[in-house]
Amino acid sequence: MPCSNFVSPAARKERFLDRRSQPPSSFLPPSPRPSASPAKMIHSLFLINASGDIFLEKHWKSVVSRSVCDYFFEAQERATEPENVPPVIPTPHHYLISVLRHRIYFVAVIQSEVPPLFVIEFLHRVVDTFQVRGHSPLLFSLFMSASFMPTHLPASSPRLQDYFGVCTEAAIKDNVVVVYELLEEMLDNGFPLATESNILKELIKPPTILRTMVNTITGSTNVGEQLPTGQLSVVPWRRTGVKYTNNEAYFDVVEEIDAIIDKSGSTITAEIQGVIDACVKLTGMPDLTLSFMNPRLLDDVSFHPCVRFKRWEAERILSFIPPDGNFRLLSYHVSSQNLVAIPVYVKHNITFREGSSQGRFDLTLGPKQTMGKAVESVLVSSQLPRGVLNANLNPSQGTYTFDPVTKLLSWDVGKINPQKLPRLKVNRLDMYGEKYKPFKGIKYMTKAGKFQSLDVVEPEILLTQKLRCLNPYAPSPDHSQSLHVCRGFRSERSTFVSSRCNDVWFETHS
Amino acid sequence: MTDSKYFTTTKKGEIFELKAELNSDKKEKKKEAVKKVIASMTVGKDVSALFPDVVNCMQTDNLELKKLVYLYLMNYAKSQPDMAIMAVNTFVKDCEDPNPLIRALAVRTMGCIRVDKITEYLCEPLRKCLKDEDPYVRKTAAVCVAKLHDINAQLVEDQGFLDTLKDLISDSNPMVVANAVAALSEIAESHPNSNLLDLNPQTINKLLTALNECTEWGQIFILDCLANYTPRDDRESQSICERVTPRLSHANSAVVLSAVKVLMKFMEMLPKDLDYYGTLLKKLAPPLVTLLSAEPELQYVALRNINLIVQRRPEILKHEMKVFFVKYNDPIYVKLEKLDIMIRLASQANIAQVLAELKEYATEVDVDFVRKAVRAIGRCAIKVEQSAERCVSTLLDLIQTKVNYVVQEAIVVIKDIFRKYPNKYESVIATLCENLDSLDEPEARAAMIWIVGEYAERIDNADELLESFLEGFHDESTQVQLQLLTAIVKLFLKKPTETQELVQQVLSLATQDSDNPDLRDRGYIYWRLLSTDPVAAKEVVLAEKPLISEETDLIEPTLLEELICHIGTLASVYHKPPSAFVEGSRGVQHKRLPGSAGSGESVESPDTGSAAGVSDAPPAVIPSQGDLLGDLLNLDLTPPTTTGPPPPATSGMQLGAMDLLGGGLDSLLGGDLGGSSTMGAGFGAPPAAPAASFSAPVSGGLDDLFDLGGGVGMPMGAYSPPKTVWLPAMKGKGLEISGTFARRAGVIQMEMTLTNKAMSIMTDFAIQFNRNSFGLAPAGPLQVLTPLSPNQSIEVTLPLNTVGPVMKMDPLNNLQVAVKNNIDVFYFSCQYPISMLFVEDGKMERQVFLATWKDISNDNEAQFQIKDCHLSSDAASNKLQGSNIFTIAKRTVDGQDMLYQSTKLSNGIWVLAELRVQTGNPTFTVCLKCRAPEVSQCVFQSYDAVLKN
Repeated sequence: MPCSNFVSPAARKERFLDRRSQPPSSFLPPSPRPSASPAKMIHSLFLINASGDIFLEKHWKSVVSRSVCDYFFEAQERATEPENVPPVIPTPHHYLISVLRHRIYFVAVIQSEVPPLFVIEFLHRVVDTFQVRGHSPLLFSLFMSASFMPTHLPASSPRLQDYFGVCTEAAIKDNVVVVYELLEEMLDNGFPLATESNILKELIKPPTILRTMVNTITGSTNVGEQLPTGQLSVVPWRRTGVKYTNNEAYFDVVEEIDAIIDKSGSTITAEIQGVIDACVKLTGMPDLTLSFMNPRLLDDVSFHPCVRFKRWEAERILSFIPPDGNFRLLSYHVSSQNLVAIPVYVKHNITFREGSSQGRFDLTLGPKQTMGKAVESVLVSSQLPRGVLNANLNPSQGTYTFDPVTKLLSWDVGKINPQKLPRLKVNRLDMYGEKYKPFKGIKYMTKAGKFQSLDVVEPEILLTQKLRCLNPYAPSPDHSQSLHVCRGFRSERSTFVSSRCNDVWFETHS
Repeated sequence: MTDSKYFTTTKKGEIFELKAELNSDKKEKKKEAVKKVIASMTVGKDVSALFPDVVNCMQTDNLELKKLVYLYLMNYAKSQPDMAIMAVNTFVKDCEDPNPLIRALAVRTMGCIRVDKITEYLCEPLRKCLKDEDPYVRKTAAVCVAKLHDINAQLVEDQGFLDTLKDLISDSNPMVVANAVAALSEIAESHPNSNLLDLNPQTINKLLTALNECTEWGQIFILDCLANYTPRDDRESQSICERVTPRLSHANSAVVLSAVKVLMKFMEMLPKDLDYYGTLLKKLAPPLVTLLSAEPELQYVALRNINLIVQRRPEILKHEMKVFFVKYNDPIYVKLEKLDIMIRLASQANIAQVLAELKEYATEVDVDFVRKAVRAIGRCAIKVEQSAERCVSTLLDLIQTKVNYVVQEAIVVIKDIFRKYPNKYESVIATLCENLDSLDEPEARAAMIWIVGEYAERIDNADELLESFLEGFHDESTQVQLQLLTAIVKLFLKKPTETQELVQQVLSLATQDSDNPDLRDRGYIYWRLLSTDPVAAKEVVLAEKPLISEETDLIEPTLLEELICHIGTLASVYHKPPSAFVEGSRGVQHKRLPGSAGSGESVESPDTGSAAGVSDAPPAVIPSQGDLLGDLLNLDLTPPTTTGPPPPATSGMQLGAMDLLGGGLDSLLGGDLGGSSTMGAGFGAPPAAPAASFSAPVSGGLDDLFDLGGGVGMPMGAYSPPKTVWLPAMKGKGLEISGTFARRAGVIQMEMTLTNKAMSIMTDFAIQFNRNSFGLAPAGPLQVLTPLSPNQSIEVTLPLNTVGPVMKMDPLNNLQVAVKNNIDVFYFSCQYPISMLFVEDGKMERQVFLATWKDISNDNEAQFQIKDCHLSSDAASNKLQGSNIFTIAKRTVDGQDMLYQSTKLSNGIWVLAELRVQTGNPTFTVCLKCRAPEVSQCVFQSYDAVLKN
């Protein structure tokens, strides 16, 4: 039974008529329009919220009327979901290139042939400056609620050192002048100027409550008086003269498994997207090397500019002078050809009652590849078709919610079962060029991949599995500069494992 | 305390209040006021009235206040040019400030003030800043030159800033280099022919060095600049590739894609047998896959570019099909793109997986996506022949769902499948007919009507079905009306007895009651055809149709080449050449991929790709929506291109009919109705086929050798290479084909030996050629009359003509052949010596030769050497003449014989040659001149082969 049968004939007709007015190729308009004046990279930027209000505009050249955004609004109206607005929209004299982050559209106006990826990357960089990536409040709460909380993480976690903590309309409006100053520093005449957050922070200090108070009293400013030193050195990502009393370096190895599972529960494709996020607070100009137990896994990697590529190619060792603070050291991709292990299996079944608009949807979730680690915070979310009126659920474990507006069924299963260790393992981390002994920690985490099971309805399993390990080692006396890190794991062990069955009763429009 | 407080004062006297505050004595109040002004500006309020008051705040030691005022200035200077002059002094002063941050800030802001009056004052400070000791200031000043150029290009040139900028490319600081490149690229864009970025190996080396050390954005500028360079040879190309590949591992996707562009372009120059070539291919796949795990917007741009890359070099991603599987939460624009690429990558190896996926997608919710998925199933059937059956049954399953738009979409694609595999799947027609009533989209209705008309003889109630459509004839869209008209005429020609009334009815509806000229014209044509000569009508309307191509909507090769040069740009997102984006005056240069190594031809030649006769015929592809009208005409009226030659009458008629539609209608209607046979003869001039028209030897007894060798005065057959194995028995399921080409008595022949090495008898041989550079096509069916029993060999000679469809191949003389027998269809490709195509009347007049030689530009000249050839110049001349390379004149200078020769290809391309033979020296030099220089290489090969034979 195809899901479209959930939709009433009338609704279907309506949608169909809708389509007729716009041919499917509407993403590619018949003819891109020419531009009138010579190239500039990014001409203007508009920030638009979900309800279609422009709440900030910034022009790097002459002022472009905000009416140019009407074309964007048209596309926004056409799109069924906010995320379906096409990223490149042509207008008679401009192109609009947009990204959607934190429910805000960042719409760049360009006038002529510019690499769109350049613009999109830049826009993402702007957002990252406002709020560090992968650091949404939701995720943060997950961090806090995790049962094993690393005790040595400093209270003011350096992760929070972006400008606004959260990137929301309110936060941007509250700091509109800082935003303006930032944008001005990041782009000069459409050319990116300073996009490294370390340099920006030297130029414009992030607003804090304390600093705002002090500024108000003393009349000092947020704007730095000094030339950002890093901007000219061979390591433009690091400022000079960094000093810490506690020298620390943390590395998070986070792996996400994306998988598509077919009706029978077998894996069609699975791949790992991994990243190593680092938080390095080390004095001076430390030169680090990082080696892996199994570097052959890393055949498809993207590095932070600080990594010396030649050495990696020759020796498979990461050698770098790290930026100060948070950064993504590398991201990697392990493709389906390497047979990624899936920690759970999912099966589902849908039946309809004869002559009734009701049906039954069974979903079974169980462990796979039991290698001794617990799978935690398992969340199943199922986007039921729009025709579904209501759903009653009987979870055999955990809790559920059903949102009748979005038709999203969420089943919080909780903890289920053991699984394999993460794939990439750090062997050792060494530091050269500085005398002190830093504190080092490495954390492994496999989390929230996009699992997708294929059938009429598509349940998404958000699987969050956490493994943590932080083993500070005392340096061995004879190797003062070379420390071994992380040889074991601590993790929660779950004893309660079995298949679960979740019944959903739903009704459809008659 | 947040900035939101600045928005709270929205009362009437706001501007006045701000004015007062700006003029306040207190520094703090001033700064707050400027902040308020900026805040108003950010939300689009007009605060330009405060210009003088804000500018007054500029003279300050407070850096933040200064920056804020600058912000304001940039926004409003243009609207207050007189006032803006007030700011000049401060700028000049700031450019001398000891703090480089302030110097850079001043030079940066200056350039953003787009007021003509001011620009003159800025030249001196800018000149100083370009030579500043601090690289931070220099790099900011570099960008300022581009800004200034945008305001007043003449001024920048007069002041010599462009030269200073060029010098900065050799700066010691990589960021300065990157910004200088960016600025020069931008300026160059408005002066396409200015040759500002004079790229030579030295500058390239500097850029490559800077590439490793500058910021990610600088890397993009440099890579885009590198992509415009054409390396001198394959070695330089390889060394650049080697230095660019590390960029593929960059975290910034724009850097990655720009690097991919450089590599894709420079790869063209590498010999394919080079180890490094293979390594490079392997290195390209992972970064492209990684782009797909980025944000959806990046994915979209990446996918549009991957679409181009898989068309140019499918081998890069052929094993990566799975990464293009659609995820349920992909935005729709990503889903649609992935679907496109899945079809492009579909092959026999992965078709099962792809079909399973597509079937899932066809049950999704999003209508757009479902439609495209259904259409994709049809495209798979056409692309991968082995899967056709499975695709059809999948489509039938989908039709059973009765979901309206799925059914309609399925019927549209099944029509295409019928066109690709005629007489194979007609059993499904019954199922299709069941859904006749639910069709409400014109395209689906038209497709269904076409099917009914085409297979009218197998559908018992075809007349009833078509009649039911006829009731609402005038409410149908043009597409359906045209199709209905044709279908009923087809039906009438197949079953004339029962349907006379119906055809009368539709013809009168089309000609008398319709306002649509297309419909009326077509109606009249059919009417007259039917009334004058039903036999001719049958030949026209029921003519064999060309099969649709398996390469579904591929981008036209020359456009593809240009787009590959523009990977990562808007052009690549829209799959349109950049010239479609930019106004004509800008005169964008067309970029072309460089030629492969070793060929001495000029790469910048404007007419690469489409030489005089080798025009790029538009590929026959599945019609896009709304294009059915044109398609219909093609469908019915273009000459058949496959399965043997059409009978001459048919071909004549078809051409006549095509002409009719094209404009011959007037004469037709004007009373010149001399019956269909004369009509056919009148219009039906057969296509120019020089190969077929045998011409007597033009040598005119010039050569005694001829008469001796030929005996009967016929020109001896041209040089023919020995037979080689084209299809080994391993690949041909026991059938081995070896063969060669020859030109005998003006007819090109393909001579093959078919050997049956299998255990069973082979029958039903047939042959087809893919489109090729010179339109080679079989001039008759493959004559294998008796079955081929095991271990038997048979010699077959297949005459060829050159009127087939044309597509440029690589190499030029490549020919892809499909041979079918009772066991399977086999594909192989072979290369024919281009001398097959040299026609007998290829001798040019002396005067014409001289004029043509001078006329062809030297860029089109290619020089080759023929080694180890121990012939005298006369013997060489005689040998060449046997292959229709004619010597026009001979000159002897300093003991060196110069032979001037001409040759004409079957498509009318002339090749002029100068052959230099030094007595006693076994190395000949041949200089070739031709308006289509890409044939030079092939012609040279023929020279070489003929002379050494």
